[in-house]
Amino acid sequence: MLEDFKKALINMEEEEALDLAEKMLQQGEDPLKILDATKNAVETVGKKYEEGEYFMPELLMTGEILNQVTEKVKPHLEEKQAEEGAQKLGKVLIGTVKGDIHDIGKNIVIFMLDINGFEVKDIGEDVPPENFVEEIKNFQPDVVGMSALLTMAFDAMKETVEAINNAGLGDNVKTIIGGAPVNDEVVEYTGADGWAKNAVEAVSVLKNWVKEG
Amino acid sequence: MMVENWNKLSPEEKFEERFKSWMNPDITFASDKAKENYQQITQDWKDALALKNKRVRSLLNVGFYPAKYAEGITCEDIMYDYNKLGEAWKKFHFDFQPENIMSSFIIGSGKVLEILDYQLYQWPGQGVDKNSGYQTLEKEYVKGDEYDKLINDPSGFWMRHYMPRIFGSLKGWANMDPFTDILELPNVGAHMIPVGIPDVQESFKKYLEAGQEALNWISAVAEIDNEIVSQLGVPHIVQGISKAPFDSLGDTLRGTRPILLDIFRRPEKLQKAMDALVPLMIDMGVRSSTQNNNPFVFIPLHKGADGFLSREDFKKYYWPSLKAVMLGLIEEGLVPYLFVEGSYNERVDILNDPDLPSGKVFYLFDDTDMVKAKKALGERFCIAGNVSASMLNVGTPQKVEENVKRLIEDVGKEGFVLSHGVALDDANADNLKAMLEATRKYGQ
Repeated sequence: MLEDFKKALINMEEEEALDLAEKMLQQGEDPLKILDATKNAVETVGKKYEEGEYFMPELLMTGEILNQVTEKVKPHLEEKQAEEGAQKLGKVLIGTVKGDIHDIGKNIVIFMLDINGFEVKDIGEDVPPENFVEEIKNFQPDVVGMSALLTMAFDAMKETVEAINNAGLGDNVKTIIGGAPVNDEVVEYTGADGWAKNAVEAVSVLKNWVKEG
Repeated sequence: MMVENWNKLSPEEKFEERFKSWMNPDITFASDKAKENYQQITQDWKDALALKNKRVRSLLNVGFYPAKYAEGITCEDIMYDYNKLGEAWKKFHFDFQPENIMSSFIIGSGKVLEILDYQLYQWPGQGVDKNSGYQTLEKEYVKGDEYDKLINDPSGFWMRHYMPRIFGSLKGWANMDPFTDILELPNVGAHMIPVGIPDVQESFKKYLEAGQEALNWISAVAEIDNEIVSQLGVPHIVQGISKAPFDSLGDTLRGTRPILLDIFRRPEKLQKAMDALVPLMIDMGVRSSTQNNNPFVFIPLHKGADGFLSREDFKKYYWPSLKAVMLGLIEEGLVPYLFVEGSYNERVDILNDPDLPSGKVFYLFDDTDMVKAKKALGERFCIAGNVSASMLNVGTPQKVEENVKRLIEDVGKEGFVLSHGVALDDANADNLKAMLEATRKYGQ
């Protein structure tokens, strides 16, 4: 049944996947095994997205199923088990900069970073530079991601990078920017350490960065 | 513009009539030079659609940039103070001397929005900084189980369900009964009862107030626009407007996430709703273009771009209803002007649909590779693009000039209009000037 469950998840069969999860729990299947299978299926979806077979609808639907399955499984887990997490690759703080309230691009990046093993903290949209600085102090990320859809937000990105440097945090974190209008010139303008065209590229840039340490 | 036997004309004849009327507008030009300029530019546009233009014209799509450019005026100012709107708009157009006017209509009236207590957007001073542009506040304003209501009676759905949600001041309208109840004498009394409820009365008062303010605003807009057209002799390109049914539903009714999930959860309802919207979107385009005496219908494309939908889903969910809207507009002699936002590198070929008549569609590309676009569409359609908004912001005049030169070399002059990506909210003035000058220099 675990295999069927995985298949249903990968094929976006929402009801089927949830029914199977429910059935397995009733039959006493190890909840950790169900979570494992879920993780496995979600990784396959991520891969299909990277390969250009799946698009946004599939990522969003996978997120929906994933949340529902997790909710179902949670009550069956011991507290200790729930806390046990795999070793994370690195910590990423991410937000949409001041003056911009768009969140879709940011959310896709978070989804992809998450399934690729990063611990991600989302600080929302329209985030002023001083909030970025405050959140960095608390969360102590390896990387700070700044998102924007509007060209008007380039200045906010620049100000955020400056605020991070002025607070003396520039050596502790690397900064990456993303969003539809971002390119090499914008990186230079904002003073960020790098950029990514899309979520897939963001994952690979960040993987390289944490490898370099 | 409408000739007497309008309904008997063929689409081609309607097209000719609309262009004749657009090229000879009812306006007094400030000088012979302005008049000549207007006629030359509009003739070049008509030639460009037929892929036989001699020179490349430029096309600007302006957002809040005039406020940024005019010192001491904020984005908030131009939404509320129509004199400042005029000041900023005229300064921008007179200083830059573009080859088209962007109507100051695009900015909208903050006063009208405030009277209605509009919930769907945040605008400068109302949720976003006074120096930022307006932004949509995406929400699931229409629930997934409401498709049938929408499909069965779109206007009624808008009035009694959608508008009370997006306008705080029109909440009372949720108490109204459908107009279609009014059949026999006893129905009339029954129908009017809810209209007497204080909430409903209050909503209508706000509605009337917003209407009065809208007239003040549009008088100011018309005066501003007419002065620019008269002085510079440049045409409007964006006046008529419509949308792709998938975007109509996804942008402001269901929201991005819900509509993309509808593809799995309720695909039939989604299709039916889009079918129901097709005639409404055609009608909207025909009306808005006809009222403004403009042969183009601007259609901004959002959720069909690379990355949103797979090619298969694009062909199944996005394109058919959009194509139906385009064909309906073309039938009325209009030219759908598709603003292809984002990138279409993986699907630009689909836009070259054999059902679309050659020369009757205009495509403006935001981030698509123009060489690919030319290859896919260039033998049949006029295309425009695409100095990036980022380059206009943070590039240099020299880089912009090189970019323009290369675009004109790569795409060729015939059937090409030089433009930029998304609407200008911000730019470097020297870069923008360089773009316009380089187009004149290399587009001759």
